[in-house]
Amino acid sequence: MIEFHLDGGSGLSPYQQIVRQVRHALRLGLLNEGEQLPTVKDVVAALAINPNTVLKAYRELEHEGLVAARPGVGTFVTRTLADTTLAAHGPLRADLRRWLGKARGAGLDEESIEALFQDTFRTEMRSVA
Amino acid sequence: MSTVALRADGLGKRYGKRFALEDCTLEVPAGRVVGLVGPNGAGKSTLLNLAVGMLAPTTGTISVLGGEPASSPAQLAKVGYVAQDTPTYAHLTVGEHLELGARLNPAWDTELAERRVARLGLSLDQKARKLSGGQRAQLALTLGVAKRPELLILDEPVASLDPLARREFLQDLMEAVAEHELSVILSSHLVSDLERTCDYLVVLVDSRVRLAGDLEDIVSSHVRLSGPRDAGHPGELVTARHTDVQSTYVVRYSGPIADPSWTVGQLSLEDIVLAYMERRTEPAPRALEVAR
Repeated sequence: MIEFHLDGGSGLSPYQQIVRQVRHALRLGLLNEGEQLPTVKDVVAALAINPNTVLKAYRELEHEGLVAARPGVGTFVTRTLADTTLAAHGPLRADLRRWLGKARGAGLDEESIEALFQDTFRTEMRSVA
Repeated sequence: MSTVALRADGLGKRYGKRFALEDCTLEVPAGRVVGLVGPNGAGKSTLLNLAVGMLAPTTGTISVLGGEPASSPAQLAKVGYVAQDTPTYAHLTVGEHLELGARLNPAWDTELAERRVARLGLSLDQKARKLSGGQRAQLALTLGVAKRPELLILDEPVASLDPLARREFLQDLMEAVAEHELSVILSSHLVSDLERTCDYLVVLVDSRVRLAGDLEDIVSSHVRLSGPRDAGHPGELVTARHTDVQSTYVVRYSGPIADPSWTVGQLSLEDIVLAYMERRTEPAPRALEVAR
């Protein structure tokens, strides 16, 4: 069983943090198929957060096909993420390295690169959402 | 069960010449934990007192779970109220509080009340005045929850508690929400108390509702834009600050911002609430520039 924690300075809503922590645990193999997520009541009592927040996070994970709710029992992991995404990390990292090289080549310093990345990332996420 | 926890239409309450609440039109959905936030004296307690029927409106109407506040025994049974500073009866024991709850409330849940008191480590023959602030608040919450209302209204329940007692109180409140599908309206002048626990927010400033909506929507639909002075901004303006070369705006806008001259900043809930509170003193734009 995993335990959730909330990071006040992360800029992410509690619901997003829970979704991320589950995905992260799935990637790292801390959570495996058939294992149970903490019950809504347990999460709520531990973190003093709104039950709807936990339900919303679990519903999103369910929608993604990662977990399934068994009424009256709890929410269980149905799929793992470990193999699929880790494999994709290598090529993506290589792409990003090449892009960073280009940015430096264009005369951008570290801060400018970070600002450009953050800005583009946020705009992208915003338009996707 | 009603789908609307609280509906107000042109609601106002006047004391002498001063309106404590003015022209309040609001619809708060049921099944939510609603945070009512605003500075001291903004009218939060007045709105809550109107909702439970302790006050009668001067203008407009208010309905709670579809009924007029305190209009019938059935209406009274549906709404629980924990007043400001979680009052208890100093001379009564914990056990006597539970007995009082059992006699006054038709749907009283004895088992729940006893289980909560035991878990809190309170002894039944302890007088309420001997309890700590946190314990008193928990006793008041026990009475509110064991009444088994559809809607529980709490006025500044954690304002006087230390951080640990505050956290424990909110944990227990959220557990009750999860267990009993309770709607909750709670007020606070601290956004940090409400950020985790609420999923709907009402901002009250200077006796008026400034902002009301789903908490996630509020957070995702406000941004801080800074860019060259006096460039036209997208969305609805909340606040503006200017230096001689730069303008910084808080706007309500959720679309993409393609213009590279803007630096887009994410706002925390606290930033957004503060921006709306700041807006109350907003004079004409010209005067604002001079002041800064």
